[in-house]
Amino acid sequence: MERRTVFGGWLLPILLVLPQLTLTGFFFYWPAAQAVWSSMTTQDAFGAGEVFVGLDNFSELLADPLYVASVGRTVVFCVTVSALAMGLALALAVFADREIRGKGAYRTLLIWPYAIAPALSSILFLFILDPRVGMLGRPLNRMGIDWDYHLNGNQALLTVVMASAWKQVSYNFIFFLAGLQSIPRAVIEAARMDGAKGWRRFRTINFPLLAPTTFFLLVVNIVYAAFDTFGTINALTHGGPGKDTETLVLKVYRDGFINQDIGSSSAQSVILMLGVIAITALQFRFMGKKVTE
Amino acid sequence: MARQDRDWFAHAMLGLGVVLFALPVWLVLAGSTQDSDAIARGDLSLVPDLTNFSAYPRVLAHGTMGAQPVWHMLLVSLGMALCIAGGKIAISILSAYAVVFFRFPFRKIAFWSIFVTLMLPVEVRIMPTYSVMATFGLINTFTGLWVPLIASATATLLFRQVFVAIPDELVEAARMDGAGPLRFLKDIVIPVSGANIAALFVILFVYGWNQYLWPLLVATDPGLDTIVIGLVKMIGVETQTDWSAVMATAVLALLPPVAVVLLMQRWFVAGLAEGEK
Amino acid sequence: MKRRALLAGSAALAAAPYAAARAADKTKIVWWHAMTAALGEQVQHLVDEFNKSQDTVEVQGVFKGGYADTMNAAIAASRAGQAPHLVQVFEVGTGTMINAPGKFVKQVWELSKETGIALDPKNYIGAVRGYYSLPDGRMASMPFNSSTAMMWYSKDAFKKAGLDPAKPPTTWEDVVKAAKAIKDSNAAEIPCTSAWFSWIQLEQFSALHNLPFASKEDGFAGLDTELKFNSKAHIAHLDRLIGMAKDGTFKYTGRDSTPSQLLISGKVGIHFDSSGERGDLVKSAQFEWGEALLPFDPQVIKAPLNSIIGGASLWTMTAPGRTPAEYKGVAEFLAFIGKAENDAYWHQHTGYVPVTLAGFDLSKKQGFYEKNVGADLPAQQLTRGTVTPNSKGLRLGRLVEIRNNIYEEVEKAFQGGQTAKEALDNAVARGNKVLRDFQKSIKA
Repeated sequence: MERRTVFGGWLLPILLVLPQLTLTGFFFYWPAAQAVWSSMTTQDAFGAGEVFVGLDNFSELLADPLYVASVGRTVVFCVTVSALAMGLALALAVFADREIRGKGAYRTLLIWPYAIAPALSSILFLFILDPRVGMLGRPLNRMGIDWDYHLNGNQALLTVVMASAWKQVSYNFIFFLAGLQSIPRAVIEAARMDGAKGWRRFRTINFPLLAPTTFFLLVVNIVYAAFDTFGTINALTHGGPGKDTETLVLKVYRDGFINQDIGSSSAQSVILMLGVIAITALQFRFMGKKVTE
Repeated sequence: MARQDRDWFAHAMLGLGVVLFALPVWLVLAGSTQDSDAIARGDLSLVPDLTNFSAYPRVLAHGTMGAQPVWHMLLVSLGMALCIAGGKIAISILSAYAVVFFRFPFRKIAFWSIFVTLMLPVEVRIMPTYSVMATFGLINTFTGLWVPLIASATATLLFRQVFVAIPDELVEAARMDGAGPLRFLKDIVIPVSGANIAALFVILFVYGWNQYLWPLLVATDPGLDTIVIGLVKMIGVETQTDWSAVMATAVLALLPPVAVVLLMQRWFVAGLAEGEK
Repeated sequence: MKRRALLAGSAALAAAPYAAARAADKTKIVWWHAMTAALGEQVQHLVDEFNKSQDTVEVQGVFKGGYADTMNAAIAASRAGQAPHLVQVFEVGTGTMINAPGKFVKQVWELSKETGIALDPKNYIGAVRGYYSLPDGRMASMPFNSSTAMMWYSKDAFKKAGLDPAKPPTTWEDVVKAAKAIKDSNAAEIPCTSAWFSWIQLEQFSALHNLPFASKEDGFAGLDTELKFNSKAHIAHLDRLIGMAKDGTFKYTGRDSTPSQLLISGKVGIHFDSSGERGDLVKSAQFEWGEALLPFDPQVIKAPLNSIIGGASLWTMTAPGRTPAEYKGVAEFLAFIGKAENDAYWHQHTGYVPVTLAGFDLSKKQGFYEKNVGADLPAQQLTRGTVTPNSKGLRLGRLVEIRNNIYEEVEKAFQGGQTAKEALDNAVARGNKVLRDFQKSIKA
C-alpha cells in the first residue's frame, strides 16, 4: 500500500493534486451532495413540492423483498461478468505477449470491439442472438435447443452476462497486455534460465508482477458491471423475463430517468455507491499488501 | 520443436479470440455492404457484398438527417475525445505521483476522495451536473462537452498502481544523481509508464469518442453533434432504418479510434525498453 | 493577392442575402424532439415548411435522444431555467407533465388564450385529443404523432392455412380458430404474437370493451385513482392467451417493440402491433400482408368502442424571460401543424394517424386510401362510436413503471409460474403502490 522511498516536501504535492481535486469537487461532490440530499426527499419531476422525508426512501427499499433480491442478483452478475471478462482477456493477453508473428495485428483486432459505439453493439447482439432471426439464435432453435431468452430466465441471464463481458474483454486485454509488456524482460529471462517452464513461470513470475494491473482491473470491472451495463441489458432483455435480469442499475435508471422518481432513484444510487465502496475497501485491505512487490 | 508447437497453439487461441470478439465488428463491416431492407427482415449475412459500397458515398454526401455533414461530426468527436484523453491523463499522472511519492497531510483523504468518484453512476449525477454547468454558463459550448468528463478516477487509480510498483533502486539512483521530484517524474516515471499511458490513451480516447448521454444533454446546437449522436439519429425507432447507412457510418466512426490504436502500438514496446534499467 | 480579394468579395456578395434576413431578427423557437431516421427527416420538413411560410418566426428542431432522454433533458433544462419552447413528450409522460407547476409548463388552452391564436379542440379527433386534455375538454398539450394498435396478418400464411386472406378475424374467438389453423398447417413459424403486450392486450382491450383500466375515469378525474385491470373480463382474456400459448398457437416474444422485427420478417401469422409498422412493411416486407381492426370479444361488448392512442404530444415550456412574442411564435407553429394539408402530409408520410378531422378528410379526398389500402383503418378505429371515460386514454403517473410490473407478472405467467388471475392481481397491487408514491410526490 505504501512506498518506502519518497520525496520530501508538501507544497509541491498539494499543487499537483489540486487540479483533479478541484474538478472532482465541482463535478462529482457537488452533484453527489445534491443526489444524497434528493435521496432524503420526495419531489415531483420538476423539483417542486420537495418534502424532506429522512431515511424513508431507504427503509422502503430495504423492506422490499423484490429489491433485496435484485441486490443478490446484481452481485452474481458482477462477479460472473468480471470473472469471465478478466479470465478471457488474461488468456488472450498472455498469448499476444509472445514473440509471435502478427502480434500487432492480433492486438489491433482484439481492441476494435471496444471502439464500437455502444448504441450499435447492443443491436448487433440482437442480430446474433435473437431466437428467430439471429445468426446463432436461429440455428440453435433449428438444432432442437429451445433457445428463447424472452421466456427463459437463465438463458436471459446468460445472454446479458455474455454481452456485458464481451464489451469488457477488449478493455481488460489492453491493460493486461500493457502490464505484461511492462515486466522487464531481464526478470523473465532469469526465470527461464532457472529452468522454470511456461505455466510455472507464469504462476510465479508473470502473474504476481501483474498484481497491480489485476487489482486495478478488478475494481474497474466490478464498477463497470454494476453501473455501465444498463444499456446492454436494457436493449437485450429490458430486465426480463420477470425480473430475471434486472440488476440494480436498471432500476436506478428506470426510476430516475423514466418514472422521474428522483427520491427513490437517488436513494438507490447511494445504496449502490456504498455497496461498491465497501467491496473496494475490502479489496484494498486484502490485496493491498500483495500489490507492492 | 516445442517452441513452434507453442506458437501454433498461441495462434489458434488468438485466432479463436479474434473470431469471437471481432465478430460483431465484422458484422458491421459486412452489413454496410448489404441491402437495408434485407437487414430489416433479419437477413444480416456474414458475407459482405463486395460489389456494393454505395452506402459510403451516400452517407458522406447526404450526411445524416439534421443536416450535419459526417466530417463535421467526426471533427467534433475528435476534439472532444482528444481533450478528454489528454486531460484525464495529465491531471491523473500529477495526482497519482503526488499521492504515491510524497507524504503530505491529508494525503490519504485526497486519494480516497478522488477514488470514490468511480462509485456513483453518471445517470445519477447527470441532472445536478447539468445545473452546475448551467451556473458556469457552459451549457451548449464545446468546453462543456468534455470538462465534466475528465473528473473521474480510473486513470489515477491505474497510475497509482503503476507508480507504487516502480523499483526503489530507480528512485535512489535519481536521488544520488541530484534529480528533484519533477525531473524524476519527467525523465523516469513517465517513460517507464509508457505502455500503460498508451493503453490508457486508447481507452480514454474511445471512451470520449463514444460519449452519448452527456453531449446529448448539454449541447443543443447541431454544430456540436458528435458522430455517435449522429449515428443514433439514424437508427429508427418505430420507423424504417436505413441499416446499411447506419453500419457504414459506424464503420467511419470506428476509423479514428482504430487509427489511435495503430499509432499507440509503438508505445507499447517503447515503455518496455525503458524499464530495463 | 488579387485572387484573395476576388474570393473575399464574392463571399461577401454571397453572404449578403443571409445578412439581410438576419437583420429582420426573427423570433427563434427551439423544439426538442425524439424523432430519428425517416421520421426525423419529416420533422425537419415540417419545420422548414413553417419557416418558409412566414418571416417572423424561425423554428429549430433539435434531436435530444429517445423519448425518455428528451423528457429528461427538458426537465433538467427547466430546472436550470433553460427550457426549450416546445418539447415532444411520449404519452406515458403525460401524467408527469400535466401535474407540472405553471412555472414550468404552459398548457395549450392557456397559450391559445394568451396569444389570441385559435387552437380549437373541436378540430382534433376526439380519441386523439382526449388523451392530452383536461377532464373538462381543454387541451393541455398538442397531439402530434399518434398511432394506435392494429392487427397485422400474413395473407400468405392465411392462404396456406386455408383461411380467406380477404376476411381477417374480427372476434377473439375467430383469432383463436385462425391461429389453430395456421399452426396445424404449419403456415407460419409463429401462429400469433403481440408487441407492446401491456398497451395492446390490456390498455387497448379495456378501451375497446368499455372496461376501466383504472378508476376515476382511468385517472383523469383524480390522483387517487386505483388500477382495475384485474376484472373478470381481463383475466379471461389473459387466460385465453395463456391457453393459446400452451397449445402452441400464441408465443410471447418480448417486451415493447422487440416482437416487431418478427412481423417484418414474415414469420408470424397474426401479429398485434402499432399502426406505425405499416411503413416498414411497405418498404421491406417480402410477403403479402394485411392490416385489420383489432378483434373484440362479443361476450363482453356487442360493438367495440374506439381504440386509444400511443405516441407523443408537444408541450409548451416556460422559462424566465420568455417573451409574449415567443409564445405567439409557438402558437403559430402549433396552428400550422394542425392545418389540414400539413396534418395530411405528416400522416401520409409517416404512418402516424391524422390528428385532425380535416386532415383525415383531406387524405380521403386526395385518394390516399385508394392507393394505400388499409391505411385508413387506424383513423377509422379511432373515430368509431362515441368516446367514453374508459376510452379516452390513460392519465396515470409513472405509467412506464406500471407497464413494467405488468410485463414482469405476465412473463411469469407465460413461463408457467402463476395463473392469469395471480399475474393481474399482483400487477394491480404493485401498480397501485406506484400510483400512491406518485400521488405523494405531487404537492397540490
